[in-house]
Amino acid sequence: MKVKRLVSMGLAAVLAAGVTACGSSQDKSATEQTANENQTGTSESASAESASPESNDSESDAPITITYANFNASGGNEETLNKMYEAFHKAYPNITVKIETIAMDDYFTTMQTRIAGGTGPDCLEMNIENFGTYASQGILEELTGADTEGMNQTALQAFQYDGTQYGLPENFSTVVLVYNKDLFDKAGIDYPSDSWTRDDVDAAAEKIRALGDDIYGIYQPVTYNEFYKVAAQYGGSLLDADKTEFTINSEENVTALQSMVDRVQKTNVQPTEEQMGGMGDWDLFESGRLGMIPTGTWCFNTFKDACDFNWDICVEPGETQKATHFFANALVVNKDASAEAKAAAQKWITWLASSSDAAQIRLDAGWDLPALDDTSKLSSYLEQTPPENRQAVFDSLNDIVLPPIINDYQQMSDIITDCISKAAKGECTAKEALDDAQSQCEAAIKLK
Amino acid sequence: MAMKNKERKKIIQAIPFMLPSLVGMVLFSLLPMVIAIALSFTDWSGLGKFSFSMVSRQFIGLENYKRLLSQGEFWSAVGHVMYFVALYLPISFFFSMMVALLLNSGKKLSGLYRILYYIPVLTSWVAASLIWKWVLSSQYGVFNSILSIFGIQGPDWLTNKYWAMPGIVLASVWKDMGFYGLYIFGGLRTIDTGYYEAAQIDGAGKWVTLTRITIPLLSPTLFYCLIMSLINAFQLFPQVQIMTEGGPNGATQVPVERIYTYAFSYFKMGYAAAFSWLLFLIILVLTMVQLKAQKAWVHYEA
Repeated sequence: MKVKRLVSMGLAAVLAAGVTACGSSQDKSATEQTANENQTGTSESASAESASPESNDSESDAPITITYANFNASGGNEETLNKMYEAFHKAYPNITVKIETIAMDDYFTTMQTRIAGGTGPDCLEMNIENFGTYASQGILEELTGADTEGMNQTALQAFQYDGTQYGLPENFSTVVLVYNKDLFDKAGIDYPSDSWTRDDVDAAAEKIRALGDDIYGIYQPVTYNEFYKVAAQYGGSLLDADKTEFTINSEENVTALQSMVDRVQKTNVQPTEEQMGGMGDWDLFESGRLGMIPTGTWCFNTFKDACDFNWDICVEPGETQKATHFFANALVVNKDASAEAKAAAQKWITWLASSSDAAQIRLDAGWDLPALDDTSKLSSYLEQTPPENRQAVFDSLNDIVLPPIINDYQQMSDIITDCISKAAKGECTAKEALDDAQSQCEAAIKLK
Repeated sequence: MAMKNKERKKIIQAIPFMLPSLVGMVLFSLLPMVIAIALSFTDWSGLGKFSFSMVSRQFIGLENYKRLLSQGEFWSAVGHVMYFVALYLPISFFFSMMVALLLNSGKKLSGLYRILYYIPVLTSWVAASLIWKWVLSSQYGVFNSILSIFGIQGPDWLTNKYWAMPGIVLASVWKDMGFYGLYIFGGLRTIDTGYYEAAQIDGAGKWVTLTRITIPLLSPTLFYCLIMSLINAFQLFPQVQIMTEGGPNGATQVPVERIYTYAFSYFKMGYAAAFSWLLFLIILVLTMVQLKAQKAWVHYEA
């Protein structure tokens, strides 16, 4: 009897131990991903190594193989990246780059696990949201050997942390107002223009909403990402100038949130979550039932294929001022890599970010925009249609708002989304939602 | 003494057979658990390189535990999972029992039923969650359109804070009833048919047979299923992560979802480790309580 009880107690403990199994599955997905890595480099690495095994050149010229991890090429641009690498390898035959392309969904958990385990790649791609967290943890190498001339200065500044350059801007995208021309024609109103404000958008949205029960004027989700931008359009911000205090419930921000909520609750030119019923916002636009959608320039290729109506873009209208989302990915170097690998990695990422060869390959593939200062180099981007008004993408750069990067960026964004979506559902007022977000952020997050 | 030696010999003989799973358990469960204790006393982000000197450098004592227990979030996450358990356990047991009785009825198609009810068990949670997300969609979902045939206006399942958890329970019951059903079915098969014959002769009705013979003799199986499902229920994660991501407005935030979020998206690994240890303690205590309570209703004499 006693033995049996002991055994069953032991069994209980073992079963309870299953809790930790979740943690280990993370490691598993990381290793699976590594197995999927792109092996393009290997054949060339053999020839590069045999070419000059005994060369007495300086250290930097000795053949070296580095690893580079990225998410941006996954889902269609793996070949484009390979092409870039081949061009790079011609110019720098001694540097072999092993490229690992990992889907965005797994990318950051994989990187976290590998860097913590000391098996991170020598250089990697980083998005703007995670950049601050990584830089603050001291795991990125200061980029001293990179030639930053010709790079987009705004983007370059976004990848400084405490005045130190840790990342090079690889590409950029902005958010523009995409609109369904056919619905505007049907409603008999003028197309949006750069002189519009949010009030003009609201008026147009109401006219389009009147076209039918399941036709909506605009979709701008009441989430953190849209909110910090709309707040800026009303002259507000989430943090004070030196990022030492939250200013989430400022008067400007309350007005901004109120205007977002009114579109859902008051005029209903924007569908509620229930009216969306789990449908995606792009799907709604593609179905031809949505007048306007502020969304990223990365939608162009998808909309080109999916929309059987006429559409175009313009710079997103603001209120007291214009404010446009600006997203960029950075190329960073792992501090943990060897000195030789770091030097080679800086050459590779500088080339990838600023060489005209890389830029041309990127543009030819219609991938995204290289973050170059001289937009005349990007002219071939303008020749592709739709949208007709591609110039708006460059015009939108005049009024950009950067994400308010702090160390606990993701947590702040979750808290704010949580609170303001309550207001969007009509469960509380805009003021209550932002007061709540302010006190939650103050309690959970320490600013420097 | 002789008896003890014999038992010891038996254990030694068993070790080689246990080794493969033992190694796995030590490496992937026991070791991480021990490391997690150490981590739970630090403010490690999970990003910096892991080393033993880091543990002493970033040691913050019981700070993580203090914060956890003093913040409402921990208790509300535990509350949500308790709510899930309270809904899930009775419904799941009812349907598992139904499945078991159906399989045991000896009808022609019971082989087919066995396959049909077991298919959801084999489906990965990711696929199942994605399917259920669509099934429960308020506008375009199958579930609500079936309800509307009967004139019932279905709720906005996953987007309404009161209905999101019941929606997740529904998906979980669908997925698990085949598993526990098959277990209970196995238990039913071990009951000596002699008991039923005797009961029939004594003139016992169906209800009396079920409550006086079937359930008591089934109690060891039911007990096992109870412990398993309770532990699994407390680790509720994939269906929440995919179907609601803890929303709407945090109504389906549960401990494992919080642990994952803190560890991998807020970069607070130490805090997450402390959270997972508190969850472990809760499950351990509940399991011990059940082991104690089993004396009252579980009969091993079968």
